[in-house]
Amino acid sequence: MNDRRLEGIIGQLLRAGVLLAAAIVAAGGVSYLVQNHSRQVNYHTFTAGGQSLCTLPGIVHSAAHLDSAGLIQFGLLLLIATPVARVAIALVGFALERDRLYTAVSLVVLLILALSLIRAT
Amino acid sequence: MTALEFTVVVWALSALAGFLGALTGLGGGVVVVPALTLALGVDIKYAIGASLVSVIATSSGAAAAYVREGFSNIRIGMFLEIATTLGAIFGAFLVGRFSTHVLAIVFGLVLLQAAYQSLFKGAQDKDQPVESDTLGRRLRLGGNYPVQGNRMEYGVRNVRTGFGLMLGAGALSGLLGIGSGAVKVIAMDRAMRIPFKVSTTTSNFMIGVTAAASAGVYLSHGYIEPRVAMPVMLGVLGGALLGSKVLVHLRVRTLRMVFGVVILALAIEMIANGLRGRI
Repeated sequence: MNDRRLEGIIGQLLRAGVLLAAAIVAAGGVSYLVQNHSRQVNYHTFTAGGQSLCTLPGIVHSAAHLDSAGLIQFGLLLLIATPVARVAIALVGFALERDRLYTAVSLVVLLILALSLIRAT
Repeated sequence: MTALEFTVVVWALSALAGFLGALTGLGGGVVVVPALTLALGVDIKYAIGASLVSVIATSSGAAAAYVREGFSNIRIGMFLEIATTLGAIFGAFLVGRFSTHVLAIVFGLVLLQAAYQSLFKGAQDKDQPVESDTLGRRLRLGGNYPVQGNRMEYGVRNVRTGFGLMLGAGALSGLLGIGSGAVKVIAMDRAMRIPFKVSTTTSNFMIGVTAAASAGVYLSHGYIEPRVAMPVMLGVLGGALLGSKVLVHLRVRTLRMVFGVVILALAIEMIANGLRGRI
């Protein structure tokens, strides 16, 4: 394992993750537009969405029922997970390289990320 | 406006945002927020949520190419990310403790100066790589990147200053919710003397991680509206993929020009928002 190989693996995984997320968002988007294409929309005023689109269980539940907004939100969750996955893979890679300094650095970043995500939910 | 028209317009604007964001390492927020709020009258909260999605889409969309070509430096990005995330937590802690209008205006003026540098002085820079100083060597931050088919070695200097600026960048993004990418690129380019393409692509890596840290808050507050974020994500991804292909062949001088123009737009946006008390 060296830096170039590690970067290659990270690149492949990122692309797969992003493409999967995009495919799910696109599927939800197409299904939404087929049903609502000529509906008037504006989004001028903010209304806090229901539980179904703001919490992890809610999103998974509505995506599993193939609800179009739920599918989009699930794809967006996957997208949000890609940078986190990237840090996690780098952590494993540096550990395999036996690079103690950067294993520790990646671990600190991952911990801060995890903390801020946990604090939010 | 019908749902179909809205989706198509937002998609097209987002594609432009992703293209510019991937080239400059600034993410797509600079274009997405004013496009949604000023042009389409979308509520600022939905715009901020969409902007967060656009930043991550730019970062991850362009990253596959940048990582494969060996532009972005994961060690630099990961090391500085500690400073940015800590700064972001500190910034969130400061929210409400002092006036962000003034901060936005000051930040806008700093960006104006950076835009001037990029547009008028950047052309004189030869972008010659430097040798690492002691700390840069000890942290093994140096690397190599492709220049016209060869790999050129570069070093990293002034790590402490860079780390300090990244703390500031993180605090700014925590306080203002936008603009940390600009400080990241400027700190790496000017203070740490990292080659410009490595600076913008490494910033591109970092903004995704920083944005992911605040994604949970935005999601649980309902800022991420799927019908707004859907065309943003798909447009930005397409634009970012194209941008990352273009960057590989782009001359550094041209890239600095693009960066200068986008920074100028961001500066005007910041100052205008600060003056109108919208931030």
